[in-house]
Amino acid sequence: MAENLLQKVMAESDQPINLCYQCKKCSVGCPMIEEFDFPPNMVMRMVQLGMKDELLKSRAIWMCISCETCGTRCPNEIRIAPIMDSLRAQCIEEGVVPADPVTVALHSAFIESIKTFGRVHEATMLMNYKWKSKNFTSDLDVGIKLFLKGKIPLMPKKSKNMAKIKELFQESGK
Amino acid sequence: MGETYSYYPGCTSHSTAIEYIEASHAVMDALGIELKELPDWCCCGAASAHNLSSSLALGLSAFNVGEAHKAGADLVIPCAGCYGNLAQADFVMRQDDKERQRLEKQLDFTYDGEIKMLSLVDLLAREELRPAIKNLVKKPLTGLKVVCYYGCAIVRPGAITGVDDTENPLRIDTMMADLGAEVIDWSCKVDCCGGDLGLTDAKKTTELVNKIIDYAVAAEADCLVTSCALCEANVDIRQQRLPILYFTEMMAEAFQIGDRQRWWKKHFNNPAKLF
Amino acid sequence: MEKKLGVFVCWCGSNIAGSVDVDKAVEEAKKLDGVVHAENYMYMCSDPGQQLVKDTIAEKGLDGVVVACCSPRMHENTFRKAAGSVGMNSYLVEIANIREQCSWVHQNNKPVATAKAVSIIEGTLDKVKENLPLETITIDLTKRVCVVGGGIAGIMSALDLANADYDVAIIERDPAIGGHMAQISQTFPYFHNIPELLQKKIDEVNAHSRIKVYVNSEVEVLDGYVGNFNVTIKTRPAFVDPAKCTACGKCLEVCPVSVADEFNRGLSQRGAIFRYNQMENARIPVLEQSDCLHFVDVEDAEMDAGASVRCQACVEACPEDAIDLGTIRKLNEEFVGAIVMATGYDLYSPAKMPEYGAGKIPDVIDALAFERLLDPTGPTKGQVLRPSDGQVPKKVVFIQCVGSRDPERHKAYCSRACCMYTAKQARLYRQQVEDGTAYVSYMDIRSDSRDFEEFVQKGMEEENLVYIRGRVAKVIQENGFLRVFTSDTLSSRQLEIEADLVVLAMAMEPKTGIRDLAKKMNVTIDGDAFLSETHIKLYPVESSTKGVYLAGCGQSPKDITDTVSQALATAGKIQTMFSNETLIADPLIAEVFSDVCSGCGICIDICPYGARLMNDFTRISDVNQAVCQGCGACMAACPNKACELINSTSRQFVRMIGDFAGKAEAV
Repeated sequence: MAENLLQKVMAESDQPINLCYQCKKCSVGCPMIEEFDFPPNMVMRMVQLGMKDELLKSRAIWMCISCETCGTRCPNEIRIAPIMDSLRAQCIEEGVVPADPVTVALHSAFIESIKTFGRVHEATMLMNYKWKSKNFTSDLDVGIKLFLKGKIPLMPKKSKNMAKIKELFQESGK
Repeated sequence: MGETYSYYPGCTSHSTAIEYIEASHAVMDALGIELKELPDWCCCGAASAHNLSSSLALGLSAFNVGEAHKAGADLVIPCAGCYGNLAQADFVMRQDDKERQRLEKQLDFTYDGEIKMLSLVDLLAREELRPAIKNLVKKPLTGLKVVCYYGCAIVRPGAITGVDDTENPLRIDTMMADLGAEVIDWSCKVDCCGGDLGLTDAKKTTELVNKIIDYAVAAEADCLVTSCALCEANVDIRQQRLPILYFTEMMAEAFQIGDRQRWWKKHFNNPAKLF
Repeated sequence: MEKKLGVFVCWCGSNIAGSVDVDKAVEEAKKLDGVVHAENYMYMCSDPGQQLVKDTIAEKGLDGVVVACCSPRMHENTFRKAAGSVGMNSYLVEIANIREQCSWVHQNNKPVATAKAVSIIEGTLDKVKENLPLETITIDLTKRVCVVGGGIAGIMSALDLANADYDVAIIERDPAIGGHMAQISQTFPYFHNIPELLQKKIDEVNAHSRIKVYVNSEVEVLDGYVGNFNVTIKTRPAFVDPAKCTACGKCLEVCPVSVADEFNRGLSQRGAIFRYNQMENARIPVLEQSDCLHFVDVEDAEMDAGASVRCQACVEACPEDAIDLGTIRKLNEEFVGAIVMATGYDLYSPAKMPEYGAGKIPDVIDALAFERLLDPTGPTKGQVLRPSDGQVPKKVVFIQCVGSRDPERHKAYCSRACCMYTAKQARLYRQQVEDGTAYVSYMDIRSDSRDFEEFVQKGMEEENLVYIRGRVAKVIQENGFLRVFTSDTLSSRQLEIEADLVVLAMAMEPKTGIRDLAKKMNVTIDGDAFLSETHIKLYPVESSTKGVYLAGCGQSPKDITDTVSQALATAGKIQTMFSNETLIADPLIAEVFSDVCSGCGICIDICPYGARLMNDFTRISDVNQAVCQGCGACMAACPNKACELINSTSRQFVRMIGDFAGKAEAV
């Protein structure tokens, strides 16, 4: 199994994960490390050793915000952000309960908006997100503040070639 | 200048980044750069698509790269996040023949590698534009202390953005200096603002933002200048210490063009008092 | 006539001047008996400082100088040369060490440090007053070399020296030269083919008119000293006459004996008469007396009914009559001026690691055995196959640091070459077995030379070597595979690997018998029995005995690159020595007062250099001027006070001690 996970993630992310030699440069520069259950260097090690179950259940994969700081500094040019993408996708695919459902709710609401309009319509997206995350109070202030500044338009705008966009969604299974 | 580019507005152009877009258009007009919006475009997928499906993310961004090829001109992308995604898709198609052929077929276009993905900084920070920009300055920003904040997407990863110095980029700094501002070197130019964490974890985002603002204040800056809508939103909403401005707003102010007073009101920390 | 003495006090920047009042020291020195000049200067060892000393010697006509500065190890020679250059006898210059022995140890007490510095200067002045002007000693030089050990170190050293037109004798204990390198398949970091490289060098040795090779041979006795060694060489009989033997191999087929082949690390069997290895130079068979039935004790043979006549199978089979079981051992002598100790290493015995099952589990092998599996001329024709069943192993665990870096139980030191040869072996395995997995258990990956780190990284990238940081706990055998218990300390996870083959990167240790040989050669060894160099930085290939040089793993574990560098360094050193017609020695040595010496011989036993010899005619213990290092051991040991060190006599030292003690009371 060990090799399978490593090979799969290496193929999906196109990153040379086998080159990681644990210098921990990624972890020392990570802005989110305090939110991770496993620091980025450990995620690399766990991928190398095929610790799939623990990884898919981990909070680390959802807390990475793809800022690419680690990938930019890695002496072996391993970008961790696409590796996290691959792990997140596997988490969803395999029906593992994500460690941070709120993040999943936001992203799901976001891509549903794209699926509907081809673009994001903030007002409906935010409502959908709040509905999905079952969290109607916290962070609502941001949306309201933006609305009051005239930054949340009421009317959605649509892409023209919705057929093609639907096709893209279909192919990716979303 | 008589230059013409394709233009990808991105979803935030009508929402959170409206003042950025208006300012950018005003500056573009002043410089004689013509932007033609793509006949069709879709959302780049932002962070959400790649978080859930790499193939969806690639497909959505490639859709837009394809539209740019159909339009036949370099594509200007003001939103840093959109730029990052489109540049990534362009990079994949440049590197991976198989993926490129698959996407060309699906999205019905021919990738020729000639059409470049340009962030607004890529477009405006070109060396050859500097004389024109300096010429347009009517009211130099003399005495204004600014720190320039680049964030992630227009800088990293360097292989995709083409940025040489990913730890200490200087392009916005140089532009601000050309406008007469006093540019301060500081420590958080490329630190992360939290990105879409702004919508899921207020506490952590505030923590990240506060660190950035702490350093900007310690550097005795009057304001923070950025080129990213998401950075602007996160950094502006979650603190009351420092005005945040888009770099094109600074240019418009120096050129004395556009509906600036209206833009200032769109900010959570009104920068009007600076000018 | 009283000597006119000069005192030069160095500040050594603030090293001395920071805690010794150098002005006061000069002032006090001026008051001392015989001192006609004293002054201080910021850096006396600098060019202007030396010029100051030289000018003063000339100007004031000094015939004794004390430089109060750092340790004599640093600059004694500097100031002796400077004085010599203006016509003063160099041995009238002495160093008063007021840095290491004074200023550095009394940093917070200037008055005490200053008083102590003055007393050190006073004592040294008293020594100089009785110093004799001396001339250097000339020693004969035999420009021939003996190289002990015919591995790659000995071969490379011998070739360089022979190419410089000096006669070289190589003494090799095994039946053929080539050493461990002949067992190894390819090099790191460039995968060069070793048999090819080595054979070329062996051919050069064999073809060289200046090189004589003694195989099956050991040093029996070493006499003499630098420039004039006499090496007695004992050669075991090989029983096969190389002039007659056609290497037809008939003798090999008939030998009834079957023992494990050492060269193949027990992966194949051989007879008592056998080819030592597959190299071209070992085509002629050799007979190992201790394995041969012909030499079994007569009583044993009689007890065995079938062996009432001693075995002669090989003799009878030989069509050329080349085997003579009556050959006896030979003694030869070589007179040489210098010796290279290229004695090499053995692998630490895996049997000492019972937790890994080596010796009990056939599929746990050491790294040299794995090299034999990789050799196209080896027991498996280069195929990596499990010793137990000849199957291709699909999972191989390489364990590094086995016996190394284990100070309490095994060896404290790092064996240096293992990280790299393990990476090489794992990569070669993966190149051969495409669907195989190679695990490497490591503590650290030490890849500290050019292209080494890249080599290891490439192994991870291209051969997908799985490096697991942690020391393997144990290896056990289970239905057809090996269970390797380890943990990945990077992720703090226990791991169990089901492996087909385990390869142990055993520690390197000095060759067996090195302690006896070192004693014979009069070279010192360290706690692990590696031969000690004089100075790790500046005299890295010089042994404790003048004229005896060190190369290769006998000195410390190292790879082929470093071994060859060291071997070539010994050749360079020896050529430098041979560039003169005679040798020059320091005259600061022991002397014997013949009227007092009783010939008791205590000094002979005590001398660590073998410089004292009983004169059979006079019954007085002589000093060999070329060998004596002036250590003073005989002087201290002599019950009759019959020997003294020139310019370091008891009388001089008693006076110096008196000076120090007197001052100490004043403080």
